[in-house]
Amino acid sequence: MAVYILKRLGLALITLWLLSVLVFFACQVLPGDPGRAILGHLASPAAVAALDHKLGVDRPLLVQYWTWVTGLLHGNMGTSTQFQAPVEPYIKAALINSLKLAALAFVIVVPLGVVGGVVAALNYGRPADRIISVAGLSATTVPEFVSGIVVIIVFGITLKVLPVSASAGTGASAASQFQHLILPAIPLILILFGYIARMARAGTIEALNSDYARTATLKGLKRSVVIRRHILRNSLLPTITVIATQTGYLIGGLVIVETLFNYQGIGNLIYKAATSKDFPMLAAGVLTIGVVYMVATLIADILATVLNPRLRLGGAE
Amino acid sequence: MTDVVAAPAAQVTVAHGTGELPPWRLLLRRPTFIVGVVILLFWVVCAVFGHLIAPQDPLAQQLLATNKAPSGAHWFGTDQLGRDVFSRVIVGARSILIISFFATVIGTVAGTALGLIMGYLGGLVDIFGGRLVEAVLALPLVIVAFLFVVALGPSTPTIIVVIGLVFTPLIARTVRSAVLVERQQDYLASARLLGEKRAYIMFVEVLPNVLPAVLVEFTVRLGYAIFAVASLSFLGFGVQPPTPDWGADIYANYGVLPAGYWWMTLFPALAIASLVIAINLVTDSIEQVLSS
Repeated sequence: MAVYILKRLGLALITLWLLSVLVFFACQVLPGDPGRAILGHLASPAAVAALDHKLGVDRPLLVQYWTWVTGLLHGNMGTSTQFQAPVEPYIKAALINSLKLAALAFVIVVPLGVVGGVVAALNYGRPADRIISVAGLSATTVPEFVSGIVVIIVFGITLKVLPVSASAGTGASAASQFQHLILPAIPLILILFGYIARMARAGTIEALNSDYARTATLKGLKRSVVIRRHILRNSLLPTITVIATQTGYLIGGLVIVETLFNYQGIGNLIYKAATSKDFPMLAAGVLTIGVVYMVATLIADILATVLNPRLRLGGAE
Repeated sequence: MTDVVAAPAAQVTVAHGTGELPPWRLLLRRPTFIVGVVILLFWVVCAVFGHLIAPQDPLAQQLLATNKAPSGAHWFGTDQLGRDVFSRVIVGARSILIISFFATVIGTVAGTALGLIMGYLGGLVDIFGGRLVEAVLALPLVIVAFLFVVALGPSTPTIIVVIGLVFTPLIARTVRSAVLVERQQDYLASARLLGEKRAYIMFVEVLPNVLPAVLVEFTVRLGYAIFAVASLSFLGFGVQPPTPDWGADIYANYGVLPAGYWWMTLFPALAIASLVIAINLVTDSIEQVLSS
């Protein structure tokens, strides 16, 4: 098992390196001349050259990449061009806000998705299954801002029961903060429900068709006991992996929800960095999301190994 | 698990005495498929003939009739510039369908080629390709597309190519696993023994056998492409104004939602929702038929 975890860790490091190259390429190479982008068309060439030199973008690409990556390893994520200040405090504050919103969505959607998937599997092929499957799939592919707008119109404007903005303001009580987060959480819940329900359904169907489930039924166990003791325990393993991979989405896919509800999270930070061409901030934000995702999948893999004796006792290839 | 789904079809087959029904006949028996196709066709017609169907010019601004609520004259009301929302929703089907379709085609063609190569050749190509897929998957799709569109500047060809390239590794992964299954088959061993070239085996022998997987992947990705295109437009990095576009129209008007002007955003939003749901109904039906 230790070998497996080490191997998994090694692969994660390679992925992280590729990710850093990808983000560097998108944020430093593709935009062309950052000095010109920041100063605009009217700036003199001398001013642009001076700013390029100050930003360090007139050096060879490999040198720039090396400086950026070594800086990251020392905890220096660069200087934001829009705030003229180090990036880290902004990322940290935004990440905490995003985690609050993500946590709320997560606490609601995980039980909901698992129950939905298991119910669908137990009614395989019947109308209940078709409704849960198709509704889940549709909820997953309807963009967050579409469902977000519908909930804003229904609950925020027509019924006037919940606040439309996600920010409760500084010094607001926990209850008020929670109230402001309910509407933004709904689009996230809708998106995640489909993924989790789908996986729970597939896992349960597989377990229902297994030899051990047949044996348990044939030896006379009650259906409820078979489901609880033999099926659920096995069916939920792959679901854990999916739930963890979706944390990455939750933290990253917040761009749209946070923009729609004007919530100061990491998604909104990335969006504002993009609109003001603040590439150091954009790169740091996107990379942060990538790292959060990879840590989450790593934890999921390790958790799956710990929970599944077949993987724990070798054969984890 | 497949028996449950296959059973009704088998009974029908016996009743007609026509032997095995072709997959497309099974599809036409599914109400979900019919509903999905009808909605999809409706939007395709709007995309092609939108300017003829729309009651008014989607670009014409009536500055004396701005922010008008839905009425007989303007079914979906007017926006902040006094443009007819109904006409903009009809004509707006064009940009999103064109961009999503071509992006998915690029992703499917490139992804299938990459998947065939990774799956059939294996070894270092496969390992490196696999890591690249992981790296792209480490970020939400919309963020990767967003990152590159921001860096390159928004334009229709850029959006098509960026979304296509983002899809490539995802489709490659699916095709790769389908190829791995095919690699165990006897016909490939005999093809190799006959001394056929690797490229020939990959694209002439293996490809036709993984096409059902590619078809399902195409329809699934089309749904995600619409999601991605609409999201980019909503963030202001998609189709640029004044071209009628559902996402861009929502972006332009969601700021006045709290003031009670709900119709400018709700109708484009419902249009997006109906389109993605239609594609999902079609996708789900195809998957069900192919797996039964």
